[in-house]
Amino acid sequence: MLTVEDLQFAYSPDHTVIENVTFDVTAGEIVSIVGPSGCGKTTLLKTLAGLLRPTKGAVQFQSQPVRGVPTGLAMVFQEYSRSLLPWSTVAANIELPLRYKAIAPPDRARLVADSLDAVGLSGFGDRYPWQLSGGMQQRVAIARALAYQPKLLLMDEPFASVDAQTRADLEDLVAAVRATFDFTIVFITHDIDEAVYLSDRVIVLSKSPTTVLARIATDLPRPRDQIATKALPHFVAKRSEIARLIRRPTSNSSA
Amino acid sequence: MSPQTALQGKPASAVVEGLRSFFVRFGLGACLIGLWQYLAMRAGSIFFPPPSEIVTRAVELWLSGPPSRLFLGDGVFQDIIPSLGRLLAGWSLAVIVGIALGTVIGRSRRLSELLDPSLQFLRAIPGPALVPVFILLLGTESAMRIVLIAFGSVWPVLLNTIEGTRTVDPLQLDTASAFKLPGRARLWHIILPAAMPKIFAGIRVSLALAVILMVVSELVASTNGIGYRIQNAQIMFLLTDMWCGIVLLAVIGYSLNALFLKVENRVLTWHRGARGRTMT
Repeated sequence: MLTVEDLQFAYSPDHTVIENVTFDVTAGEIVSIVGPSGCGKTTLLKTLAGLLRPTKGAVQFQSQPVRGVPTGLAMVFQEYSRSLLPWSTVAANIELPLRYKAIAPPDRARLVADSLDAVGLSGFGDRYPWQLSGGMQQRVAIARALAYQPKLLLMDEPFASVDAQTRADLEDLVAAVRATFDFTIVFITHDIDEAVYLSDRVIVLSKSPTTVLARIATDLPRPRDQIATKALPHFVAKRSEIARLIRRPTSNSSA
Repeated sequence: MSPQTALQGKPASAVVEGLRSFFVRFGLGACLIGLWQYLAMRAGSIFFPPPSEIVTRAVELWLSGPPSRLFLGDGVFQDIIPSLGRLLAGWSLAVIVGIALGTVIGRSRRLSELLDPSLQFLRAIPGPALVPVFILLLGTESAMRIVLIAFGSVWPVLLNTIEGTRTVDPLQLDTASAFKLPGRARLWHIILPAAMPKIFAGIRVSLALAVILMVVSELVASTNGIGYRIQNAQIMFLLTDMWCGIVLLAVIGYSLNALFLKVENRVLTWHRGARGRTMT
C-alpha cells in the first residue's frame, strides 16, 4: 500500500535530515515510526504525505508514485489547536474537506455525525474547537480524518500534547476506530510504549541524518488493553529491544 | 473567569455593576456638556453658543421636515445624505481594493518585497495634499471626492491585509494541502478568515480616516455636504449652524465606529474566544 525506497531529504546539500529510509506498509496495518527527538520524523511524514518532495528516492502509495498529496490520504497533526480552524465550528471543520470531495450535502452531514459519534463527541458539532479541552480537540481532528474516509491515515505525534490519561484514551480510540473503519495507519511517535502498544509493526529510526535501524513486528494479540497488554512479558521485551536500539549511540559524533 | 459566569453567579451585583459602568462611561460626558453649557452661557460670546442652542438649531435644520419625509429637514437631503453617500462609497472602495490587492500582495513573497517600499512611501502622502491633483484629473464632482476618500483610507486596510495574509499559520495551510483543498477554498476558508482580525483593525482605522477625508473633500470647490455647510456657515457668520455641523460630524464618527465595533464583535467572536483560551 505504501512503499518508501531509499528516501533522502536535505534542506540544503550540507543539511541532510533523512539519509536513507526504506520500508513498506501493507494495507490494514498499523505501523509506528519511532526515533529520538529531532530525528526528522515530521519531515519524513511530510514527504510520505507529498507535502515535501524528497531530494532522492521515492514514495509509492497504492502503486502510484507520490507527487503532491495523493487522494485517499488523511492526516492528524500534533498541534490540534493550530490544525483545527478556530473560526469554524467543530462540524464545519470536519465538513470542509468533504465539500471538495464531491460528496452530496446529506451524505456530508451523515459523515460528520457518524465520525463525531465514533470519537465520542456527538452533540459537540456546534461548538468551536477552542471551547473544547485538548483531548477533545484531538478527537475532532481524528473525526475530521475519519469523515474523509482515507485509505491511509498519517498521524504525526498526535498525542504528544495531551495528558497521560487522555493519551491512553485516545490510543484506545485509534485502535477502536481502526477496527471499525477500514484503513491503514502510519503513526509517528517518540514514545516507545505507545508505538508497541498500538502497532502491528514498529520502524525504528536513528538520529539525524536518519536511517532505519530496525523493523520490528510486535506480535501482540488484539484487542489490546492498557494494563493487561503492557504487563505481558512479550510487550516488555519488545519495548526494551526498541529502547536499546534508540539509546545505543549510532555514531561517534553523538554527544 | 468569564463575564457570563459573573452574571449567572451574582445577578444583583451584576445590575449594580452595569449601572456603575454606565455612569462611569457617560457621567463624565454629561458633566462636561453641563460645564460647556454653563461656561458658554456665562461668557455670552457669539463664537461659542451653548450646547442647548446648538441642539435647538440642529433640530430646526435637520429634524423639522414634514411627516411624509419622517420629519427629516431639507438639510438632511442636501448635505447629510450626499456626504454619507460619498463617505460610504469611498470607504467601501478602499475596503474592497485594500483587501483584494492586499491578499494578492500578501500571498506572494516576491510581490511584498518588491512593493513594500513604494507602498510605505505612497502611504506617507497626506490625503488632503492630493485634492488639487484629483480636482485636475477628475473635476469637482462627487467622483473626485469618492476617489480622494478611497485613496486616503485604503492604506491601513491594504497594509494590514498584506500582513495578515502573509502570516497565516503554515500548519493551517499544510492541513489544507493534506486534505487537498483547492485554491479558492484555501482563500475563503483559511487565508481570509486567518487574516480577518488584522483586516478588521485596518478597516477601523480607515473608517476614521474616511470621515476626515470626507470633510476635507467638501471644503474645496464644493456645493453640498456637511463640510461645505460648516464652511458656508462660517463665511455667512451663522456660527450656531457651524457648530451644528461640527457636532454632527462627531455624532456621525462616533455612531459609525460603534456600529462597526458591533459588526467586528460578531465576525471575530472566534478570535476573542480562541485568544482568551490560549492566554489563560
